Amino acid sequence: MAKFEPVLSKNFDKPNAHKLSVYKSGGGYAAAEKVIKEMAPDDVVERVKESGLRGRGGAGFPCGVKWTFLPADRETTYLCVNADESEPGTFCNRFLMENDPHQLLEGILIAGHATRTTVAYIYMRVEFHEQFHILQKALDEAYDAGLFGKNIFGTDFSMECYIHRGAGAYVCGEETGLIESLEGKRGWPRIKPPFPAIEGAFSKPTVVNNVETLCCLPHIFERGVDWFQSLGTENSKGPKLYTISGPVKRPGCYEAPLGITCRELIFGDDFGQGMRDGLGVKGCIPGGLSVGVLTEEELDCVLDFDDVRNYGLLGLGTAGAIVIPDNADIRQVLMNVARFYSHESCGQCTQCREGTNWAYKVASRIARGAGRISDLDLMVDITTNMGMMPGLSICGLPDGAAFPMRTIVQKFRAEFEDHIRRQPPGVVEETLRKTNAAIYELPILGRA
Amino acid sequence: MGWKTLDRITPKHDTEAGPILNEAVRDKIRSFFPRYETKRAVLLPALHIVQDALGHVSYQAMAEIAEVLEIPPSAVLDTLTFYTHFWDHDKGKKVAVVCRSLSCQLMGADAVLDECKKELGIDEHGTTEDGSFSLVTEECLAACDYAPCVLINEKMHKCVKPEQVAKLLKDAKNAEIEPERSDLFDAPAAGAAPAPSEKNNGDEAVASNDDDDVLGKTSDVDEMRDS
Ligand SMILES: Cc1cc2nc3c(=O)[nH]c(=O)nc-3n(C[C@H](O)[C@H](O)[C@H](O)COP(=O)(O)O)c2cc1C
Ligand code: SF4
Ligand code: FES
Repeated sequence: MAKFEPVLSKNFDKPNAHKLSVYKSGGGYAAAEKVIKEMAPDDVVERVKESGLRGRGGAGFPCGVKWTFLPADRETTYLCVNADESEPGTFCNRFLMENDPHQLLEGILIAGHATRTTVAYIYMRVEFHEQFHILQKALDEAYDAGLFGKNIFGTDFSMECYIHRGAGAYVCGEETGLIESLEGKRGWPRIKPPFPAIEGAFSKPTVVNNVETLCCLPHIFERGVDWFQSLGTENSKGPKLYTISGPVKRPGCYEAPLGITCRELIFGDDFGQGMRDGLGVKGCIPGGLSVGVLTEEELDCVLDFDDVRNYGLLGLGTAGAIVIPDNADIRQVLMNVARFYSHESCGQCTQCREGTNWAYKVASRIARGAGRISDLDLMVDITTNMGMMPGLSICGLPDGAAFPMRTIVQKFRAEFEDHIRRQPPGVVEETLRKTNAAIYELPILGRA
Repeated sequence: MGWKTLDRITPKHDTEAGPILNEAVRDKIRSFFPRYETKRAVLLPALHIVQDALGHVSYQAMAEIAEVLEIPPSAVLDTLTFYTHFWDHDKGKKVAVVCRSLSCQLMGADAVLDECKKELGIDEHGTTEDGSFSLVTEECLAACDYAPCVLINEKMHKCVKPEQVAKLLKDAKNAEIEPERSDLFDAPAAGAAPAPSEKNNGDEAVASNDDDDVLGKTSDVDEMRDS
C-alpha cells in the first residue's frame, strides 16, 4: 500500500497557515468556488451522499443523508458548526482550528451552499481562547476578501458566518443542547422529534455538523468522490484525525485513513510510538471517554465505525484515544469517569441525573477503599438502566456515561474484586460511619 | 450546575449610584443584535462582555443586561447559573483552571492541583485574599496531548510539573497569549470608560457582597457542583 498522504492535516506544519494568502497559495477556496459557481445545491448534497462521509462528531451519521432531511420549501436555514469539543481525550478539532482555520471556513462555505444556509454559527467552547482569536482573524480576512456575506464569488448565494462562544458545559456539544445555548438559554437538550433539520435554531430548519466533518468537504470536491472512497474500510470512508493522549511517547493528533487498529495508534512509528518510562498498557479508551474501554488483549480492535461494536463499545466516537498505563489504579479511573458525567449531566432527566450521581457515589466509595463486591453488580445495573438505549433519557449523555463505566467494571472485574478483598475487615462500616456520620449518630426516633 | 433562589422582597442595592454597565458596554452588547433572530440569543455574548469588563456578573449587572436584551432578569440568572464559566461573585484577577479529567489525571494533575492549592493558600473555588488569583478545576480542556494542563485566564500552560507550579504562578506574563487578537468580546479599553462606571466599580463590589449576604454564600453552590 502506498504511503498515505495527509490531507486534513497537510497545512499543519506550514508557517502562517492561518493566513488567507498562504491557504490560497496551496489551492485553497478553489473547491468552494467551483462548487458554488458550478453546482446546484442538490447536486452537492448528492455528491456528499455518494462519498459516504459520516459525521465525525461522535454519532457517525451519514452527512449527506442528514442534509436531505431539511424540508424542501424552507426559506431560512441555519448551519451550526459544532466546535464545542469537550469529550475527554479529544482534541482534533482544536488542531484543525488553530492550524488551518480556512479549511474549516471553506468547508462551511460548501456545506452552506449545499444546504442553502443563510447564517452559519460556529459554536466554540469558551476555553478555546487562542483558537477563537485565530479563527476570528481568519474569518475577518475571509469577509474582507468577499468569501462571506452577500453574493459570494459573484453568485446570488449569500451567507453570514459568526462565532458563538460557549461557556463551559459538555452537554452543549449535544446538537439540541447546542441550539438551546445558541438561543441564550441553558443548554438543555430538546426532546426529539422535531429534529433540528425540521425545527432547530429559532425554530427554523438547522443542520449541526462537526468541525472535522466540514473540513473533509473541500477535499471531496477537490479530489473527487473516488479518492474519498478509496480510503478507509467498508462502511467507514475517508481520512480521520486520530488523537492519542496518556503516557505514550508522542501524544498528539495524527491523520490516517479510517481503520487503523488501536495497537497501531499506540505503538506505531507514525503515531504514539509506544509507552513512556517502560510502562505497559492496562487498557485504552479508544474514542473519547464515552465509548468504553479496551483491555490490552483487545488492542487489535480496528478503529472504524463497525469493528468497535464487536468489543462492546458504544461506537467510534471521536477517535480520541486515552491510554491507561499498567500502574494506574483502575478504581481511580472509574471514579474519574463517573465524576465527569455526574458533573456534566444537565439534570433534566431523572435517570441520567440520579444514575450518574449514584454511579459517582458508588465509584468513589470503591476508590476510597470501602467497596463491596455487590457494588460492582450495582454499577452494571445502574449503567444499563439510565440511557437512551432503554429509552429513558432525552439525550445520549447517559449512554456515553454507561459504556465506559460498565466496560471498566466488566472488563477489569477481577482487579476490582482483588482490591475489595484486600480491604481490611470492618473498613466499609468504618468509612461509611465517617463519611456519613449524621445517619449513624441519629437518635432512634421511635414511631412517628 | 447550581440552583439558586432569589429573594425579591429584601431591597436590593442602591440604584442611586447609577447603572453598572456603561454605554460602551451596552453598545458592544447591542452590536451583536444583528447576528441573531432574537435578542435573547445575545445573552451569552452579553455575559461574556460584562464579565470581561467587570470581572464578574453581579445581580445588578444581570438586571441591566436583562434591560438591554428586553428579557426578564430571571432569564439571565437562569442561563448564567447553568454555565461554569460565569461568576456571579467576585473572582480573582487571574483564574487558574486545572484540568481534572482522565488524561490529565493519569499524567499527574492531582499533584499539580495540590501544589496550586499549597502555593496560593486556597482551596478549589477559592480566591486569594489580595484578589489576585482564583483556583478552579474543570473537565477536559481539549489539550490532553499537553496533559496535565493549567489554563490561566486565556493562556494554556502545557505539561505542567508540580515543581514548576510556584514559578508559573508568580510569572507576571502567565496570562498573556500570542495570537493577533480580534476585537470581538474584548472588554472596552479601560481608559475609554466614562467616569460614572469607574466610580461604580467600587460600589459594585460592595453591592455584590450585600447580595451574598442576602442570598447565602455561593460556595454552597460550588459544593453542590462538586458532589
Ligand atoms: C452529550 C453529548 C455531547 C456531545 N459533544 C459533542 C462535541 O463536543 N462535539 C461534537 O462535534 N459533537 C458532539 N456530540 C455529537 C452531536 O450531538 C452531533 O452528533 C454532532 O455534532 C453531529 O455532527 P456530525 O454529523 O458532523 O458528526 C455530542 C453528543 C452528545 C450526546
Ligand atoms: S440525558 Fe442527561 S444530559 Fe441529556 S438531557 Fe437528560 S439529563 Fe440532560
Ligand atoms: S483531560 Fe485534561 S485536557 Fe483533556
